[in-house]
Amino acid sequence: MNDVTCAFQPGELTVIVGPNGAGKTTWFNLVSGQLKPTEGRIFKGETEITRLSASARAKAGIGRAFQLTNLFPKLTVLENVRLAVQAKAGQGPSALRNAASLTDLADKAARYIEQTRLSSVVHLPASALPHGDQRKLEVAMLAAMEPDIFMFDEPTAGMSVDEAPVILELIADLKKDRSKTILLVEHKMDVVRALADRIVVLHNGELVADGKPAEVMALPIVREIYLGVGGEEMT
Amino acid sequence: MTTQSIASPMHTVSARVTIGRIIVYGFAAIVGLCLLFAPFLFPDVRAQEVAARICVFIVLVASYDLLIGYTGIVSFAHTMFFGLGAYGTAIALKTMGRGFDAIVVGGSLGVAAAFILAVLIGLLSLRVKEIFFAMVTLAAASVMLVLASQLSNFTGGEDGITYEIPRFFSPANRLEDANGDQIRLFGVPVTGRLYLYYFVFLSSLALFYLLVRIVRSPLGTVLQAIRENEMRAEAIGYRVVAYRTSVFCIAAVVAALAGVLRAVWLRYTGPDVTLSFDIMIDVLLMVVIGGMGTMVGAIVGVVIMTLAQFYLKDLMGAGAQATADLPLIPDLLNPDRWLLWLGVLFILLVYFFPSGIAGTLLGKGGRK
Repeated sequence: MNDVTCAFQPGELTVIVGPNGAGKTTWFNLVSGQLKPTEGRIFKGETEITRLSASARAKAGIGRAFQLTNLFPKLTVLENVRLAVQAKAGQGPSALRNAASLTDLADKAARYIEQTRLSSVVHLPASALPHGDQRKLEVAMLAAMEPDIFMFDEPTAGMSVDEAPVILELIADLKKDRSKTILLVEHKMDVVRALADRIVVLHNGELVADGKPAEVMALPIVREIYLGVGGEEMT
Repeated sequence: MTTQSIASPMHTVSARVTIGRIIVYGFAAIVGLCLLFAPFLFPDVRAQEVAARICVFIVLVASYDLLIGYTGIVSFAHTMFFGLGAYGTAIALKTMGRGFDAIVVGGSLGVAAAFILAVLIGLLSLRVKEIFFAMVTLAAASVMLVLASQLSNFTGGEDGITYEIPRFFSPANRLEDANGDQIRLFGVPVTGRLYLYYFVFLSSLALFYLLVRIVRSPLGTVLQAIRENEMRAEAIGYRVVAYRTSVFCIAAVVAALAGVLRAVWLRYTGPDVTLSFDIMIDVLLMVVIGGMGTMVGAIVGVVIMTLAQFYLKDLMGAGAQATADLPLIPDLLNPDRWLLWLGVLFILLVYFFPSGIAGTLLGKGGRK
């Protein structure tokens, strides 16, 4: 990333686009704490979070889902989602209570599992799920963290046409809550058009455009980048 | 037809797991009952030693399973913590005399030393990659072994320490009736030795129960999450280093408490029964044979290995005698070759139960 300055507001869904290798996931990693910046600063509201670890940022309300499915493979769907609910509830260090008896956590987890249409596989290990369901679980875990800032990294990648709407509906639902900030990395232009309030375009680690969807898509530099790399996706 | 062809393999897998659960938990229940009634079922001294060793090692191996099986932390310092508990108790019993106060003071100091050392090792080195952490623990365990050997004024050096335990646990503490006759329970004299066995058994049971509670708690799920995917666990808000350090400390404290029990039972503490790498390898083998990340595997692994270590030689001797007239077989079954057969047994167990006996039977990965 090179000299990128950007601010995101609550109640706004920003889609980050750019060709492969533009730095979208790296940017996400810097914001959510998986990577440390060599220079520059990151703020959440008035609080600087540059030096915070990924777990501290998650606790501070920054949640993300990953581009490559990133689950707990041997744990069940319920356990995967419950872990996220449990982290939010601060129940992680609880050593002597029976996890299965904490029905409030399980009920909350079940709600997110239901939202992502995974109720029928709730007791299967994550590794036994087909790819589409693993993507849904990835999103269910992010939703269960109940963050202030949602970061989705290509949430529908590799999903079939039938499955993707479940995720898009969930994101559209989240968007109704005006206190949430949503960042979305996405390649599919129909998704971008349907959801975006704002588009940020990255290219070679630099910010090349930032604005309303119609304005950004009309910019010559954006069309040039996409025509050079993936023009068909812009149409 | 199609439905059946899809459903059948899943049904078979689930039926196999159900049968596996019955076998594993049935075996654990039988072991539990045998240990509960061990003084009455197996009254001879050697069998008592086997039963007490099984009790203490179930705790030691289960606490190691919490580390390696549930959290994915490879440590070679587990017997160091076991030794700290044992030496703390032994030194106190030697210096303070044969009282319960010595067990409490010495045990507490040993456990506290184990805890402090675990915090230091954990905070200093759980940030590094697994292999480096394993090396740090190996170095710490080696240093402790050398210290135990060199500080002979304190530890008795290579010879270890022998000491007396409270009179209440002594065989001379006989329960007598009004006429001064020894009271017997199911034909077994009620003496301090019986009390001592139940002290070890009940303490081990309580510690094992504590470990089972931990793995079934929210913390237990977090530990498994860390083992499965450390980066994601961090991303949903769990501070991995803190959790890894905490579980390392919990396992160290439980191992040290197991060391206290071992010291009280044996009335002897030396490097060969607590700190040695032979014990560490035994613990590793017991976890692997039983099944990592299962807890109940600790019972299976400890029982099989301990019985093999104590009775395989006798069994082979009997086999050699029974087949004395046959060619070659008596030579193969010569009791002097028991270690060879123990090795063969391990290889077969690992081959047929790749996730350990309990792990494979409970369907926790491994076999396809």
